[in-house]
Amino acid sequence: MQELASLFVKSIFIENMIFAYFLGMCSYLAVSKTVKTAVGLGVAVMFVLVITVPINFLLDNYLLKQGALSWLGADYASIDLSFLSFIMFIAVIASMVQLVEMIVEKFAPALYGALGIFLPLIAVNCAILGGSLFMQQKDFGGVTEAVTYGLGSGIGWFLAILAIAAIREKIAYSHVPAPLRGLGITFLITGLMALGFMSFMGIKI
Amino acid sequence: MAEERESLFSKRNRGLLSDPLNDNNPITVQVLGICSALAITVQLKPAIVMSIAVMFVMAFSNMIISALRDSIPNRIRIIVQLVIVASLVIVVDQVLKAYAYDVSKELSVFVGLIITNCIVMGRLEAFALGNGIWRSFLDGIGNAVGYAWILIAVAFFRELLGSGKLLGFQIIPQSAYDMGYENNGLMLLSPMALIVVGIIIWVQRSRNIKLIEKH
Repeated sequence: MQELASLFVKSIFIENMIFAYFLGMCSYLAVSKTVKTAVGLGVAVMFVLVITVPINFLLDNYLLKQGALSWLGADYASIDLSFLSFIMFIAVIASMVQLVEMIVEKFAPALYGALGIFLPLIAVNCAILGGSLFMQQKDFGGVTEAVTYGLGSGIGWFLAILAIAAIREKIAYSHVPAPLRGLGITFLITGLMALGFMSFMGIKI
Repeated sequence: MAEERESLFSKRNRGLLSDPLNDNNPITVQVLGICSALAITVQLKPAIVMSIAVMFVMAFSNMIISALRDSIPNRIRIIVQLVIVASLVIVVDQVLKAYAYDVSKELSVFVGLIITNCIVMGRLEAFALGNGIWRSFLDGIGNAVGYAWILIAVAFFRELLGSGKLLGFQIIPQSAYDMGYENNGLMLLSPMALIVVGIIIWVQRSRNIKLIEKH
């Protein structure tokens, strides 16, 4: 329980998808002009992460890793299919995003209209594939840890995009120098926020 | 309908190679490919290797999708693109693991993340699906070079100011350290990459007024 809580907090604050690893920056920059769209996209990304990371974990452990196929029989234990990870992870992610798109269209059509093209673009969001690849690197013991990690990364990404959207809404009426307007100032602010998040680094739960 | 044969390096084609360097830069203007551009620029060497990897993936995926563009059904367009890009990235990853193992360890997950690199998918959608093979190839190379020069610029400053070295060679002489100069450790931290790119955007838009956003 201790390790799960520690993993959860670590993945939200210390190994934040945006501020530590810069994953998912493209949609982060594009959709953060208003808080409403940011919240919609953040929740969608969180949802996709919490589903795809455990599924990819199971795929990795029972199909792809070195020795993963040993449940089929002893002579399959030496097969290493890890070179197929990229394609398999992306296939899972693309199908899950398609599913999320259908669910959002059915149950929240206003959100579906507001997000527009960015919903299918979650499939190519670096944060989603990054979540699965980091999960593979971290070598978790069980599915619960994978779920915790997925949920934590999602919440971290959601917090980041919510914060920058709120700040951008506020500075819309500030005197930003013309060449910095829009993209430039967002980069500088994100850099400062990332510096701030680094202060969480020594936390032990 | 007879079309006039355009020379291989006509003005229009050369424009495909030169526009992404400044006016249509994938990172600072099109706002694509930011993710990997920031994370691996702590040192110059991984930045150079990543640029070459992206150039390879972009040029060939642009060419292949352009060759197939009339036979891909519209509904599964993104899936076909993802499969082709993923296969190319697997090739790059295996080559890196075989011939440059220590750099591949430094790049870790970011080689795999070339698949979701917005520039690759962005150019496939915006260009390769509607243009010929040679032009798509040039567009891929052009955008990859535009991406590469920003990466190398950021990595150059970060490694030089952060550790006094470039490509592992000590550049700042010992006499400077003796006089009291200290390495700017802040540059080695990831947030500085964001701030350096912000400054590059500032400089670029000050020189090129067309790029300033209206509001």
